[in-house]
Amino acid sequence: MTATAARTETRTMTMVAAINDALDIALQQDDAVHIFGEDVGVMGGVFRATDGLQARYGAERVFDTPLAEAAIVGMGIGMGLAGLKPVAEIQFAGFLYPALDQVLSHLGRYRHRTRSRYHLPMVVRAPYGGGVHTPEQHADSPEAILAHTPGIKVVIPSTPADAKGLLLSAINDPDPVFFFEAIKLYRSVKEDVPVGDYRVPLGKARIVTVGDDVTVICYGGMVEVAQKAAAAAKTAGIGVEVIDLRTLVPLDTDTILASVQKTGRVVVVTEAPRTGGFHSEISATIAEEAIEFLRAPIIRVTGFDAPYPPFTAIEDVYRPNAVRVARAIKAAMGY
Amino acid sequence: MFQLIAPDGTVTGAGELPDPETRLRLYHQMRRARHFDERGWVLYRQGRLGVFPPFGGMEASQVGTAAALSADDWLFPTYRDTGAALTLGLPIARTLAYWRTSPHGWSMPENLKVLPFYIPIATQYPHAVGAALAEKRKGTKNVAMAYIGDGGSSEGDFHEALNFAGALDAPCVFILQNNGWAISVPTRTQTKATNLSRRAEGYGIPGVRVDGNDVLATYHVTREAVERARRGEGPTLIETVTYRVKPHTVADDPSRYRTDADNEGWDAKDPVLRLKAHLMNEGLMTEDSEAALLKEVADEFEAALQEADAYPDPQPAEILDHVFAEPTPQLRRQREQILSEENA
Ligand SMILES: Cc1ncc(C[n+]2csc(CCOP(=O)(O)OP(=O)(O)O)c2C)c(N)n1
Repeated sequence: MTATAARTETRTMTMVAAINDALDIALQQDDAVHIFGEDVGVMGGVFRATDGLQARYGAERVFDTPLAEAAIVGMGIGMGLAGLKPVAEIQFAGFLYPALDQVLSHLGRYRHRTRSRYHLPMVVRAPYGGGVHTPEQHADSPEAILAHTPGIKVVIPSTPADAKGLLLSAINDPDPVFFFEAIKLYRSVKEDVPVGDYRVPLGKARIVTVGDDVTVICYGGMVEVAQKAAAAAKTAGIGVEVIDLRTLVPLDTDTILASVQKTGRVVVVTEAPRTGGFHSEISATIAEEAIEFLRAPIIRVTGFDAPYPPFTAIEDVYRPNAVRVARAIKAAMGY
Repeated sequence: MFQLIAPDGTVTGAGELPDPETRLRLYHQMRRARHFDERGWVLYRQGRLGVFPPFGGMEASQVGTAAALSADDWLFPTYRDTGAALTLGLPIARTLAYWRTSPHGWSMPENLKVLPFYIPIATQYPHAVGAALAEKRKGTKNVAMAYIGDGGSSEGDFHEALNFAGALDAPCVFILQNNGWAISVPTRTQTKATNLSRRAEGYGIPGVRVDGNDVLATYHVTREAVERARRGEGPTLIETVTYRVKPHTVADDPSRYRTDADNEGWDAKDPVLRLKAHLMNEGLMTEDSEAALLKEVADEFEAALQEADAYPDPQPAEILDHVFAEPTPQLRRQREQILSEENA
């Protein structure tokens, strides 16, 4: 179904409700869909993303696993090989690390190493990112590790409607998809979300605001930060084009390059550590493909090369805010 | 299941009880731990402590095991093991600081080999094996003790660590606190195994199952395991059977996943009141002497709270400290950036 058709009827939802709605529809549509992970069943997930699903679809299709991330992903691989559609939850992206062997050694390679005889239609959902004062390791942004792993798609929505539409696309995708959900956004925004089977295609960025002067490229939890900065810039007469990538893999380079050709100035924003982050990939792509259009150096606004701090008093220093983004916009303008 | 005293404090086990002085010391430690847990809740509600995982009801499981260590031994605690860390000697003020999300709670005292509470599950189990082997290589008699929950014992790291410790004869004591729950998941959903101490068999090491609400019992079996390890006879797995009477964290709502029936009977097994009954029965403590002890515990806590209150707030650039011995050029630039933006 297309977005246009679904636009007829909407319901106001938070992002977590939209995710729950998408999972509900996926379970309803296809018997092969199975949801599992730590605390997803009886409790409905620590963020309630799977709330009520076990009651509706039974404990065979929505179930609590033992506490073991490697086995959660590894078991999902086996399920996917054998024809199911596993939708696993890793409770926090920072606790994905025990499962990285399964992800890096297998999840991304199966299609390639069996010449497409086998493939893995698996989705791994994981809350990620900071801004809500969580304990150590709960606020990590490991998306670059996944994007760097061949064979894995990486999706990071920034709005309720996108969360629903992208998640349904991810579940119906024939390949493994990592689906990162910004914890900060779970309940902080509400918007009208199309009811029923609503899909947003993977690999298509969203232009959040249109502007002629600076392109700000971001995703997930950083989109609202960029929007605030763009609004501030607008009052100062600077037109900012905010691009929400929605998916890092596949990456919508067309949208990025079209905007850069128009503005000639680029700010890339993520909350991940600076060195080796996905922001660097975006910057390099622009430098390779559109350097002749650049009127200023590409500026990265990122986290720092330190573990994400759980120190409530100074956490916000780490995570980029609108002031930092606005400063980068100004710097790009002033170059 | 090994037990020395029944819930009403009467002696049930045939094994020997620790001497009266030790029993009183264990009571003191359990009261310190409980006081931290109870005051912690109040401080959390007042916004003076961050989210922390309570351990009330598990004092015997934590105090009895940690009390079997000497100050030269290693302790690898999970986030729920505040009681164990306090028992080994982690100052209350530092512990408060940790749960306040202050960097002052991170650097551990010089005279202790205790690590900051581990947030990722099970990942510290192999560290204990390594620390134990290092002590063995250095020719000391020191041991390493690591804690884990029933849920955590499903992780690969738990099993790999037990296997390594057995194969390499590491002087390790593994404490598996079976408190019935891993957030919303009861042990019966976690595993088909009903006796987690028997997991040790698969690795050729001894496994012991002990009443985790009987501090005299946990102390007794842990001391034996520690002595075994010191004698060079290798690791032991100890399952302390207890219950998480409290929510998973102070912010959790257990009514979503467990019923009153699940909790039934556990209040009557309260480890602190059990030892109290025993000490009273034996004439080792009176209401007056207990009142004095409670006052001492409360005074100590309030003094520590004042100390923790006086710790200065962290400075923004501190988020970049201690990444490397020498900051990289990138970190230097990032520090400059923070400092300049602070002044902007
Ligand atoms: C590797 C990892 N996965 C998931 C989590 C999230 N988590 C925190 S506590 C917990 C349950 C732990 O249960 P258990 O090991 O039984 O210890 P308890 O909290 O009951 O003491 C989970 C799943 C985590 N901290 N680390």
